[in-house]
Amino acid sequence: MSNDVKVSVRNLTKCFGDLKVLDNISFDIKKGEFICVVGPTGCGKTTFLNLLTRLIPQTSGEILIDGEPADPKKHNISFVFQEPSAFSWLTTQENIEYGLRIKKMPEEYIKQQSDKVISLLGLDRFRNAYPHEMSVSMEQRVVIGRAFAMNPDLLLMDEPYGQMDIKMRFFLEDEVIKLWKATGATVLFITHNLEEAVYLAERVLVLSAKPATIKAQVPINIERPRKVSDPAFIEVRKQITDMIKWW
Amino acid sequence: MDNKERKVMLRLENIAKSFYARHEVFDAVSDVSIDVYENEFLTILGPGQCGKSVLLNIIAGLEKPTKGTVDFPASSDTTMGFVFQKTAVFPWKTVMENVELGLQIKGTNKKERREKAQYLIELVGLKGFENAYPYQLSGGMKQRVGIARAYCVNPDILLMDEPFGALDAQTRYQMEEEVLRIWQAEKRTVIFVTNNIEEALFLGDRIVLLSACPAKVKEIYIPRLERPRNNIDPDFLALREEIEANTDLAL
Repeated sequence: MSNDVKVSVRNLTKCFGDLKVLDNISFDIKKGEFICVVGPTGCGKTTFLNLLTRLIPQTSGEILIDGEPADPKKHNISFVFQEPSAFSWLTTQENIEYGLRIKKMPEEYIKQQSDKVISLLGLDRFRNAYPHEMSVSMEQRVVIGRAFAMNPDLLLMDEPYGQMDIKMRFFLEDEVIKLWKATGATVLFITHNLEEAVYLAERVLVLSAKPATIKAQVPINIERPRKVSDPAFIEVRKQITDMIKWW
Repeated sequence: MDNKERKVMLRLENIAKSFYARHEVFDAVSDVSIDVYENEFLTILGPGQCGKSVLLNIIAGLEKPTKGTVDFPASSDTTMGFVFQKTAVFPWKTVMENVELGLQIKGTNKKERREKAQYLIELVGLKGFENAYPYQLSGGMKQRVGIARAYCVNPDILLMDEPFGALDAQTRYQMEEEVLRIWQAEKRTVIFVTNNIEEALFLGDRIVLLSACPAKVKEIYIPRLERPRNNIDPDFLALREEIEANTDLAL
């Protein structure tokens, strides 16, 4: 059983000065699992994700990946930020190949990965475009492509589709599911959008208002492709909404 | 529908817009005709990149159409307020100074414009923040300032260009409820552009669905749903799925 655990979070607490943002969070993510994390606005979701990447240090507790303390030098962690973060001086293709070049992958592999990702995202026409020539949503897709091109064993996504129209969102959500199934990646996906969480996740972690604790873990046992008007879908969505509604 | 009885505030006829680059022509809007009625909440819905904002800019007079006409049959001096996609509040001005700006430019005296601005600041729920600067406000609060500022010049038509696009999904629900409350308190003709079907359906008296670029009117929906609308009501979801199926995917 414990062999299945990819990420193990133990008693994680984070304070900024006097402000406690995360309070004693513990949970496991199984290898190949797709988890969504939801919570009320401002509850500390992004801080939580930043801790997982080790971009910022935790106050106490530990994060283990494959049983070892998480370390971006050792573990292949991809991150898609909330704000599009494509390099403004690189084209779509150069952005997507960026991480692979840093890792000094063979040229042939780089080409193969970037071609695959570009065609999956339907970005062929924009292969040589720079971020300033793109809409915000298009730039974000380049960033998502960059994360996938790395073939990560842990993919962290911080509300990547917040800005997109719903048709595009479902399209890309389906794409993420397809990639997740094909690669067996372990995905932790943070969102404010409860419908999105229920659409994507195998399990939804519901955080409380700040300081965030785990309020509930809701398994989503609805067959894919899921349908938002399916009564079972509406039921789970309502259940999670009632747990965090503040507006 | 009793549309013939209603006063037309804005009439778009055969609007087209093309942009000319060095070696190519880019058509953003193609042959759009819409009548907008007094005090209606009209949502213009379209996929990303479809030319929605261009259309709104044409209505506002910020862009000239390549073809077609924009008319204001109700009055030749119809005024408009604009709420921008990105919170375009001035960072060096307080909430009060931002909201009263339009009236100040018009030359309204200080007492009168402060009174009006104060009323609107309270209407949008920012009482107590009159002297705060934008950096002290959250994204949702900044957009409230933008809405109050647009209302303050007492425009006949309020144009809103994806005002909640940058807000998180939960704050967005809150702001959608807010904007309806404000509209119900201060009835105005509102043209609200969004790429979010759920938002369009929650807000609009009518929903104009645009095609992918170049934007054409694909369909106009009139939701028979009572307000306040419930976004997980089966009828709401059914109409949402119908519109979704009819929406172009803009890759």
